[in-house]
Amino acid sequence: MRDQSMLLSLTAVSVSVASTRLLADIDLVVQSGERVVILGANGAGKSTLLKVCNGLIAPSKGDLIAPPVRQQALIFQRPALLRRTVIENVKFVLAARGVLEPLRTSQAQQAIDACGLGAMASRPAFALSGGEQQRLALARVWACRPSLLLADEPTANLAPAAMRDVENLLLAVEALGTTLVLTTHNIAQAKRLARRIVFLDGGKVVEDRPAAEFFASPNSAAARTYLAGESL
Amino acid sequence: MKRISRRLVLSLCAISLGALTSTASFAQESTLTVASTTSTEQSGLFGHLLPQVQKATGITVKVVALGTGQALDVGRRGDADVVFVHDQVAEEKFVAEGAGVERIAVMYNDFVLVGPGDDPAKAAGKDIVGGLKAVHANKAAFVSRGDKSGTHAAELRYWKMANLDPAIEKQAWYRDTGFGMGPALNTAAAMNAYILADRGTWLSFKNRQNLKIIAEGDAKLFNQYGVILVNPKKHAHVKAEAGQKFINWLVSAEGQAMIAGYKIGGEQLFFPNAVKR
Amino acid sequence: MLYDAGLAALDLLVQGDATLRDIALLSLRVSASATLFAALIGLPLGAWVALSTTRLRTSFAVLLNTSMGLPPVVVGLGVYLLLSRSGPLGALGWLFTPTGMIFAQTLLITPIVAALARQTIEDAHVGLAEWFTSLGLTRWQRVKALLFEARFSLAVALLAGFGRAIAEVGAVMMVGGNIAGHTRVMTTTIALETSKGDLPLALALGVLLVALVLLVNGVAQILKAWMERRHA
Repeated sequence: MRDQSMLLSLTAVSVSVASTRLLADIDLVVQSGERVVILGANGAGKSTLLKVCNGLIAPSKGDLIAPPVRQQALIFQRPALLRRTVIENVKFVLAARGVLEPLRTSQAQQAIDACGLGAMASRPAFALSGGEQQRLALARVWACRPSLLLADEPTANLAPAAMRDVENLLLAVEALGTTLVLTTHNIAQAKRLARRIVFLDGGKVVEDRPAAEFFASPNSAAARTYLAGESL
Repeated sequence: MKRISRRLVLSLCAISLGALTSTASFAQESTLTVASTTSTEQSGLFGHLLPQVQKATGITVKVVALGTGQALDVGRRGDADVVFVHDQVAEEKFVAEGAGVERIAVMYNDFVLVGPGDDPAKAAGKDIVGGLKAVHANKAAFVSRGDKSGTHAAELRYWKMANLDPAIEKQAWYRDTGFGMGPALNTAAAMNAYILADRGTWLSFKNRQNLKIIAEGDAKLFNQYGVILVNPKKHAHVKAEAGQKFINWLVSAEGQAMIAGYKIGGEQLFFPNAVKR
Repeated sequence: MLYDAGLAALDLLVQGDATLRDIALLSLRVSASATLFAALIGLPLGAWVALSTTRLRTSFAVLLNTSMGLPPVVVGLGVYLLLSRSGPLGALGWLFTPTGMIFAQTLLITPIVAALARQTIEDAHVGLAEWFTSLGLTRWQRVKALLFEARFSLAVALLAGFGRAIAEVGAVMMVGGNIAGHTRVMTTTIALETSKGDLPLALALGVLLVALVLLVNGVAQILKAWMERRHA
C-alpha cells in the first residue's frame, strides 16, 4: 500500500467575492497518491476550488492545509507561456526553484523529451500547437516534481488526439509520485481518468465518492441531471 | 542568468560614468564661459579670435550667444565668467550694481540702416535720425529687434532723438519681432522692410533679397563694445584668473590687431579702441 | 538659391565635413546617454508601478502619462533655473555643458520610457500573473521575468524616447547655450544656421536628422513585426 499521508485538507471553506458566493462550506481531504477528478458544470466553482488549494484565492471562511506553493503545480486551460523557446520556458521554472546550470539545462531537456517535445526544444513556445503547448506546461511540471498537481480543465481546448496525449502525460507525471487533482466538465474524460469523483454544483460539494459508484448510481438530482445532459 | 544580469548592470554603470565624465571638462581652469551677443557671434568674430586666444593663453573660450539683456542677466546669475556686450548704459549699470568688476572698452562697430533697394521712404544719407523720421513719415515697413539687445537699445535711442515713439503708437508698419539679428533680417528681407542692423551681421547675411544699405556713417551709429569680468566676490566659482587673462589679451596689442584684422569681403567690421594700459 | 544650397549640403554630407560630423556625434552622444539614463530610471520605475498593488498605482500611472507631454522648452527652462549658479544645483557646474544637456533630456524622456514601460509590463503581466503566483515567485523574480518578456516593446519604448530626444530643440538650446564647438547639436544648429540665412549646413543636418529619425522608427517597426511573427 502506498504511503497514505494527508496532502490537502479543506474545512468549511467558503469563498465570497463582492456579494457573490463562489464556494460554500467545502469539506475536502485528499491523500497523497489519490487521483481526484472534480466534476461539474461551468460556473460550478471548479476553478475557484483549485485556486484556493493553490493559494491564489484566499478563503473567506474556513481552514486550508496544503503543501507549500513550491511543492505544488497549477496548470490552466490555456497555458501561460513566456516569449521564449520551449526549453527556456522549462528552464525558467527550474531557475525559479533555484536549480543552477548545468543541471538546469539537462533537467529541462529531460523533461521536454519525456513529453515528446524533444525535437522542438529551440522553437518559440508560441509556435507550438495547442496540444503541444499544454504538453510544454506539463514538461514544466515534470521538471519540478511537485507533490501535488492541480490541473484546471487542461484539455478543454484540445482536439481528441491531443487530449489523449495530454491525458497520458498526466498519468506519467502521476507515476513519478505526484498526486493528481484535475477538474473537467467532460464526462467521458472523468470516466476515463477518475478514481474518485468530487461533484460540484453551485459552489457546494454535492457528491464525493469513488468514481465507479458515482457513475453507476449518482446520489443527487443535480448529478443525475448533469450526467444525463452531457454527451460525448 | 543571475551572473549575466549583474554583469549587465555593472557594465551599464560603467558606460554611464563614462558618458558623464567624458562630457565634463578636464582641465577646469583652462575653459572660460563668455556671455556675448548673437550679433557679435554671428559676425564670425569669435571664430576668428578664439583659436588665437587658445594659442596665446591656453584658455578654451566657450561663447554663449544671447541678447545683451540676457547676456548681462547670465552674468548677474554667475553662469558666465565674463560678459562682452555693446550697450554702455546697461554695462555701467551692471558694474554699479556690483555684478561686474570693471567695464573696459574693447572695440566698436557700427550700425547701418538697411532697407528696400528702391528706398520708398527716401531715408538715404548720412543722418540716421533723419532717415528714421522719413520712415515714420512714410509709414514704411520697419522691423524692430524688440528683444532688449544692444541693437534694439540703439534703435530706441535714435527714435527718441527724433522725438518719435512707434513702439507706443502700435502702428501696422512697425513690426516688433523679438528676434535675434539674423531672424530679424530674414523677416525684413521677406517683407521688403527697413531695419537697423549691425554691419557685421549684415555683411555675413546671405539672404538679402531686395535689401541694401540705405543710411550709414553717422557718428551716432557707432556701437561701442565693452568687456566686464563677473564679480568673483559675488560668485566665488567665477574663473577670475582666466577671465582677466582673456580681457588682458583683448586689449593687448596682439588682441587689438586680431580684431582689426577680421574682414568680410575685404571690409573690416570692428575697430579696436581699447585705451593703452 | 535653394538648389545651390542643396548641392552644397550634399557636398558637406559626402565629404564628411568635420563640423557636420562633430555636431552629429554630439547629438548622438547626448541623446543616447539620455536614453540610457532614462532606461535605468524609467524601466524599473515603470515596472514598479505596473506591479504595485497599492491604490497609488492609478495616480502614478496618471502622473506618468501626463508628464509624457511636458513641452521640451518648459523642461529646458526648469533645468536652466535648476542648474544656474544662482540655482539649487548650480554647484554642479552643468549649465552650458553637454552634461547639463544630457540631464535635461533625461528628465524629458524618462516619463515617456516609464509610462510606456508601465503599460507594456502591465499588459505582459495580465496573462502571466496567476502562473507566477502559482510558482511562488518573489517580486524581484517577477520584475526580471516581465522585463525580459516585454523586451521588444521596451526596446520600442526606448527607441521612442531616443527619437524624441534627438529631435527636440527647446531643452537642449536653453541648457546648452548652443556654444560653437561645445554644445551645438543638430537641432540647435539647424535653428541657428537657418536664422542666419545660411542654408547648406542646416540642410545637410536636416537630411541627417530626418534619416536618423526614419531609421529609428524603421527599427521599431521591424522589432514589432519580428515579435509578432515569432512570439504571438
